[in-house]
Amino acid sequence: MLAWTIYISFLGAAALVFLPRENARLIRWVSLVIALAGLLCGVAAICQYQTNGSSGVVEILNIPWIKDLGISFYLAADGISLTLVLLTGIAAVCGVLFSWNIEHRVKEFFAFYFALIGGVYGVFLSFDLFLLFVFYEIAIVPKYFLIAIWGSKRREYGAMKLAIYSFVGSAMVLIGIIAAYIVSGSSSFNLLELASYPFSETFQAWAFPLVFIGFAILAGLWPFHTWAPMGHSAAPTAASMLLAGVVMKLGAYGALRVAMTLFPLGLERWHNEIALLAVIGIVYGATVALIQRDFKFVIGYSSVSHMGFVLLGLMTLTQIGLSGAVLQMFSHGIIAGLLFGVVGRMVYERAHTRDLDELQPMNLSKALPFAAVTFVIASAASMGLPGFSGFVAELQVLIGAWQTFPGLTIIAAAGIVIGAAFMLRALIKAFFAENEPGKTQPAGGLHFEAISIPERVGAVVLLTTTVAIGLWPKLLLDLINPALNSPLMQPLWKGAAL
Amino acid sequence: MWTSWTHSKADMSFNPQYLFLIPLLPLVAAGVSALIGRHQRKLAATLAIGSMALAFLISCAAFAASLNAPAQGEVFRQVFNFNWFQLGEGSLRLGFILDPLTAVMLVMVTFVGLLIFIYSAGYMAHDENFKQFFCFLSLFAAAMLGLLISNSLLLLFICWELVGLASYLLIGFWFQKPSAAAAAKKAFITTRIGDIGLFLGMLWLYGKTGTLLFYDGGNGCLESSALTQLVAQTAFAGMALSTVIALLIFCGAVGKSGQVPLHVWLPDAMEGPTPVSALIHAATMVAAGVFLMARVYPLVTAQAGDLSLPTTAAQVITFVGAITAVFAALIAVGQNDLKRILAYSTVSQLGFMMIGLGVGGVAVAMFHLITHAFFKALLFLGAGSVIHGCHEEQDIRKMGGLRKFMPVTFATYAIGMLALCGVPFFAGFWSKDEILHAAHAWPGSHIPFYLAIIGAFLTAFYMTRQVCYVFFGMHRGDKHHAPHESPRTMTVPLTILAVFAVILGFLGTPAWPWFSGWLTGHPVEFNFGKLLAGGALGMMVLSALIACGGIGLGWWVYAKAAAKPSIELDPLEKLSPVVFGWLRGRLFIDELYAATVIRLTTLLAVTSDWLDRVLWGGMVQLVGGCTNLFSRLNLTIDNTVVNGGFDQGCEGLRESAGWLSRLRNGQLQNYLRTIGAALFVLLLFLIWGRQ
Repeated sequence: MLAWTIYISFLGAAALVFLPRENARLIRWVSLVIALAGLLCGVAAICQYQTNGSSGVVEILNIPWIKDLGISFYLAADGISLTLVLLTGIAAVCGVLFSWNIEHRVKEFFAFYFALIGGVYGVFLSFDLFLLFVFYEIAIVPKYFLIAIWGSKRREYGAMKLAIYSFVGSAMVLIGIIAAYIVSGSSSFNLLELASYPFSETFQAWAFPLVFIGFAILAGLWPFHTWAPMGHSAAPTAASMLLAGVVMKLGAYGALRVAMTLFPLGLERWHNEIALLAVIGIVYGATVALIQRDFKFVIGYSSVSHMGFVLLGLMTLTQIGLSGAVLQMFSHGIIAGLLFGVVGRMVYERAHTRDLDELQPMNLSKALPFAAVTFVIASAASMGLPGFSGFVAELQVLIGAWQTFPGLTIIAAAGIVIGAAFMLRALIKAFFAENEPGKTQPAGGLHFEAISIPERVGAVVLLTTTVAIGLWPKLLLDLINPALNSPLMQPLWKGAAL
Repeated sequence: MWTSWTHSKADMSFNPQYLFLIPLLPLVAAGVSALIGRHQRKLAATLAIGSMALAFLISCAAFAASLNAPAQGEVFRQVFNFNWFQLGEGSLRLGFILDPLTAVMLVMVTFVGLLIFIYSAGYMAHDENFKQFFCFLSLFAAAMLGLLISNSLLLLFICWELVGLASYLLIGFWFQKPSAAAAAKKAFITTRIGDIGLFLGMLWLYGKTGTLLFYDGGNGCLESSALTQLVAQTAFAGMALSTVIALLIFCGAVGKSGQVPLHVWLPDAMEGPTPVSALIHAATMVAAGVFLMARVYPLVTAQAGDLSLPTTAAQVITFVGAITAVFAALIAVGQNDLKRILAYSTVSQLGFMMIGLGVGGVAVAMFHLITHAFFKALLFLGAGSVIHGCHEEQDIRKMGGLRKFMPVTFATYAIGMLALCGVPFFAGFWSKDEILHAAHAWPGSHIPFYLAIIGAFLTAFYMTRQVCYVFFGMHRGDKHHAPHESPRTMTVPLTILAVFAVILGFLGTPAWPWFSGWLTGHPVEFNFGKLLAGGALGMMVLSALIACGGIGLGWWVYAKAAAKPSIELDPLEKLSPVVFGWLRGRLFIDELYAATVIRLTTLLAVTSDWLDRVLWGGMVQLVGGCTNLFSRLNLTIDNTVVNGGFDQGCEGLRESAGWLSRLRNGQLQNYLRTIGAALFVLLLFLIWGRQ
């Protein structure tokens, strides 16, 4: 069932190519169906997983691929992958809804879009490292084109920056994976087998940071984060939603799944340093966001700050911290998707500017009340207010962090306050500022095209998700927590005990 | 996983499991009014008022249940706990509690809330966002009532943040005014700074005790086993862990209850509509900080050694309260905005509550909290009535003589003012007297007592100044628009509150201290003799003298000034322009913060932004540039070494590939080259490593 999420996306991408170019309406509806089908597969698989009472890694498919090197097409899932598959499904559907108005090369757009989605599903479900890497690369390439063709201001620079960072990161990952493969003398790239091999401490001491940072570049680890705000703001709305919502999670997921499970001793050796970088990222991202003029840069930097919580949670080496980190991946995916949806689609495509100083005299709360209300709720969620998923996730991360690094926790908590400050600043400037007497707007206020139904549906889906998880986090924690207790994760807790 | 545990006998009439109905009712009202159309004003108001009335009735039932003490010396307490979610081996649990502390707050908040809701229906009648206003008010009520019934620091914190959100929305309700939007932001962020402390205290408490439930059949974090454990550990500087955690939690209270140095948001919060100021920024939310400290009081007082001396936590609370009480009262003397004076007065009175908490315990502080809630709500609603009657004028220098135009407002306002000043037989007299009494007997230090006396004197002085300017003397406002009395929906709540501002005090006189007896679980008997016994009488006389002295001095200074047709200079300004300038400038605390904290943050932001643009960005440019150079070099080699015809064929292919080729600016090949080079290095490394 789960494997179909990957097939549907790739087959969908291929099928879109054969649709008539002129019929944009058909292409959109087909895309929506593809995204929904992927989401439904994911949801059905989760229900099945829950009803079967499974807890650890469940194999989906294992077909030998390149026998000589021990590479196989090995798909499996545990609660962590399932959580992220669910996130990908929701983000994919909402991304299509928020791209409903795309007219330029709509066929190619959605083809690339689903190639990216397929790659993402693939990464979350691969338990063969080589396969995982292949999917990881597949996800990076369409992203480049999505930005470079359909992007906005400085799109080529943004796309180039993103590509350089991603590729440097992947090169580091690849070196690490191959080194592990060779050193272990194993005849397989199977994650479960490699994880059981006791790598020497000296090997782990350099392999871990190599692979971890390689992945974490994509998760916005400070100081390798500058691709994120740039790339997010250059990308078209759906791509920034996927970039912040899902692609950044690829990095965090890879860091957890590959670097941390393979090299628990290296993790033990380096976790203090990386936690420090994570906390710097939290505060740094928030402070830079405080003075940005470009609305999308504000959200882009807020992603750096929020992903800092994910990385901090991973470094706590406590179950509660890790569980918080995974929940934060989900939560940030939803909330960032929503914020980019409002800023990129609802505001930018109507007002044709993202400059907060230019938005200020437009008094958008009058012109676009739906966007304003959505953004108010989304910023409350982004600030980590209770009732939204971000609160539960950050609470868990910080409870875990308090046990491991009390000093850093204090700084991270301060980052939350700055987080509130920059969201409120952007909120007031963009939506609720008063006209200055000199700069009156045209009589009767500005008239924008009304917020369309697909936009409303997308916003409501994302809002409902974050509130549902915020009020009843058990929904996801019942998936995540058993996964943390599975045999695959045991070395992590052993490493922490040393 | 649902567990219920009752402390007392099974014949109780109120099951704490149903406490959640109290916040749920306003929450439903908020939800429904969020969804209905903006023109259904009547429905929104009816929903809000109706849900609040129902919540009030349930609260009364809960209150009645809490009256039967289980046994002599024991406090009535019922809890209901449940799992929120499981975390590895541990779990995060939430719960509801019913004890006298919760019960009295529930009744107060629902009752004052109900009156203010009714008043708002009149006050906001002409506002275009009427429906939204009641939606936000109901949201606030739900969060506030949830805070009161929490038996878990986590649930309390959740509601604590939500009342902050509601407060933000309501302060910024007239967001068209830039000052309102700025005030809302300031309130939210300033209180959140305090919340960092509360949050960290919560993390620490959870880390050490593994639970955030207050009471849990012996396993709660406020019960003896957890307290013993916390007292036994030293955090730093010789302070017990319990003290440090209590102080961290106190940071949250400092933010929410506007104590120095985080008091700056509360006066600005007066930008909100007046009913909001009355409900949130006078009677209920700002008092939540005092309530929080009363809730975690066992943590504040827990200590191992010498029990006769107060703990460090109690001392800090007392001194912060005492400094706030005087500081805010001083600033209030120099203000000219009707609501701002009341706001500083609230800050000052909250300081009194903190003193009461530190020196006298929960009962003393809570008694002042309850009486203050009534008379301060009364004063704010009275101020709203004045502002309404004077056509949105807030400057007291432009009022005057209003007692003739607005007799009901004047009479009720005067009662509130006398109660606040602590004139004998008004509610504020009894509750303030208890604080002074406890402060006098405090073994820690005598300084808070003296500060409290100065604060009480200043309170009487600035309130007299205000009343003189507003109600006495000549009318100095617009001659063509005579002030008018407010409609019934506004004066009836005023009258009801005025009655309570008098009679509530009789629940806690020295002769019959029923209130403190009930809160601490000691039944009391009426004993008139205690009223005259030793220290009690002396303190009452002193307290009465201070109040009358302040009023007398105020009258002497301001009665004449108010009689003039216009006020150019305040009489005190003539006396000393410099000192008065400082008071009017609010001792320039806001400017101090702007010059330090805010400037520092901005500097940090600009630096980080520069780093991102120049340093990290520059590095990428450099890498990109180098790769480009490298690929050009390769291209040259290719051109010279590789067969030209093949090259041309490739060129043709590239041209025909259309738009794709334009985008493929060499990155992908370079990437493969990088990987190739990396593999080569790795191979070398491995070979070299094996040898």
